[in-house]
Amino acid sequence: MERLFRLLVRLGEIYNADSMIPVGSVQVAGVSYKSIGDPGMEFLEDIASKGAKVKVLTYLNPAGMDLENWKKLGFPEDFAKNQLRIINAFKKMGIVVTSTCTPYLAGNLPRFREHIAWSESSAVSFSNSVIGARTNREGGPSALAAAICGVTPNYGLHLWENRQPNVKIKVNFNLNYNSDFGALGWYVGKQVKNKIPYFTGIKDANTDQLKALGAAMAASGAVALYHVEGITPEADNVKKEGLETISVGKKEIKETYDKLNTGKKPDIVIFGCPHASLREISLLADKLEGKHLKRPVWICTSRMVKEAAERMGYNEIIAKAGGSIVADTCMVVSPIEKMGYKTTGVNSGKAANYLPGFCKQEVCFANIDDLVEAQL
Amino acid sequence: MKGRTISPGKAEGEAIVSPEPIGFYGGIDINTGIVIEKGHPLEGRCVTGKILVFPCGKGSTVGSYVIYGLKKNDVAPAGIINKETETIVATGVILAGIPCIDKIEIEKIKDGNKIFLDADKGIVEIK
Repeated sequence: MERLFRLLVRLGEIYNADSMIPVGSVQVAGVSYKSIGDPGMEFLEDIASKGAKVKVLTYLNPAGMDLENWKKLGFPEDFAKNQLRIINAFKKMGIVVTSTCTPYLAGNLPRFREHIAWSESSAVSFSNSVIGARTNREGGPSALAAAICGVTPNYGLHLWENRQPNVKIKVNFNLNYNSDFGALGWYVGKQVKNKIPYFTGIKDANTDQLKALGAAMAASGAVALYHVEGITPEADNVKKEGLETISVGKKEIKETYDKLNTGKKPDIVIFGCPHASLREISLLADKLEGKHLKRPVWICTSRMVKEAAERMGYNEIIAKAGGSIVADTCMVVSPIEKMGYKTTGVNSGKAANYLPGFCKQEVCFANIDDLVEAQL
Repeated sequence: MKGRTISPGKAEGEAIVSPEPIGFYGGIDINTGIVIEKGHPLEGRCVTGKILVFPCGKGSTVGSYVIYGLKKNDVAPAGIINKETETIVATGVILAGIPCIDKIEIEKIKDGNKIFLDADKGIVEIK
C-alpha cells in the first residue's frame, strides 16, 4: 500500500500537483492476462495478498475472455486459468469485477465536474468530454493506487485551465455511420497526438457516436479530452479563439478508411469496441433477424448490458442467426490470433488501430451494413 | 542537456530514436522488447538495453504494465528520454525502476549515439 501511495506522491511531484484530491470513482485498466502477462498478474496478487482494499467505487476494464462463457467460445484453458487468478486478485481488493470499457453504461456514472481516476483510454475520453467529469489518463497501476488510497494528485485535467482546447477541427462532411465517427477520430488523433481538439461542424451525435469518436482519438493519438460545439458540456465555456485549425472532409475520411483496411474478407466480424450499448445491440438484432451467418459475428459488451439485451430477446435473435454476444472482454484484449482468426472485420477506429499490432490481424474496417453483409 | 527527473537512476547505452510517439501496449512485445506496431518508424527493432528516445507516449493506458513487464522479463530499455512524459509512461518507469527524464530537446539525439543518462540529476550526455 505504501508503495502505491508513493507512486501517487511521485506523480504529484513530477506534475506539480498542489495537493491530493478525493476521487468519486475509479476504473482500473490492465485486466487482461494477455495485456499484463505474468509480471502484472504477480504484481496484483502481491497487493491483494497484503490485504489492500479499495476506498471508492471501482470498476474493471475488459478481461481477456468472457468470464462465464469462455469455454463455449473457445478460449484456451491455460489462458483462462491465469485470467481468473487476476480477476480473483481484484475481487479480493473489493473491486467490482465488471470488466468493461464503458463503466458509464454499467452503473459507474460520474457527475459533471466530479474528480475521478479512470484509466481505460476511451472511458477517460468519454467521462472527460461527454460527461464533463475530470480525470487524467491514468496508467493501470496509478488508477489502482487512487482506488486504494481514495485520492489522486491534483494536476492536469483536474484543473480547469488545462481543459482548454488547443486545436480546432473543422468537420466538412456529414457523418452517418458510427464507423464514420471512428474514422474521423482515428484521423484527428494521428494529427493532434495529445492535444485537446475543439470540433465544429458536427451537427448531431449520440453517445454511441461520441464513444466511437473519442475511442479512436485515444488510440491513434493520446487525446483524453475533446469538445464538440453545441454538444459536449464544457464546449460553451472554454476559450476557443485564435486556435490553429485543421479541416477534415470527405477526402481525408475516405483515405482513412482505405488506410485502415488491410484485409480482404473477414474470418470474423466483431462489434462492440468500445463495448456495445443496448441501442447498438438492438440495431444489430434488427439487422440479423431471420438471417443465417456463414462466418462468426461477435458483439462485445458489458455483463449488465448483456443481461438487458437478454430480457429484450435480442440475444436470442442474434444467436439464432449464428452470432454471439460476448461479455466482459473485447477483441483487442482477447487472444483471437490463437483462435484461428487472421482477418477481423470491425466498425471501430480504435479496434482497427490495435488489431494489426496486438492480435496480428488483417483488418476490414467498414460500416455495420457492409460488415453484416460480408458474413452472410 | 538538462531535463526533469521522472524516475531516478543512471543508464548508459546506444540511443534508439523514434520521431513518433510510442504506445507500449500493442506497440512493443512484452516478451521480446521488439516494436510490433505496424508502420511505426521503429517497427521490427528491439529496445532492450538501449536508451529509448521518443517525444511522448500515446494510446492505451495499459502501457504502464507493458513497461513494468518488459523490465520483469529482462527485455526493457536501459533508460528512457522524452520530450514530455505523460502519466502512463511515468507510472510504468517508476514502478519498473527504469531511469527516465523528460523536457529534453530530443531532436539533438541521433539514432546510434552513445548516451549517458543520469536521471538522478536529470542530465543527458551525448558521448
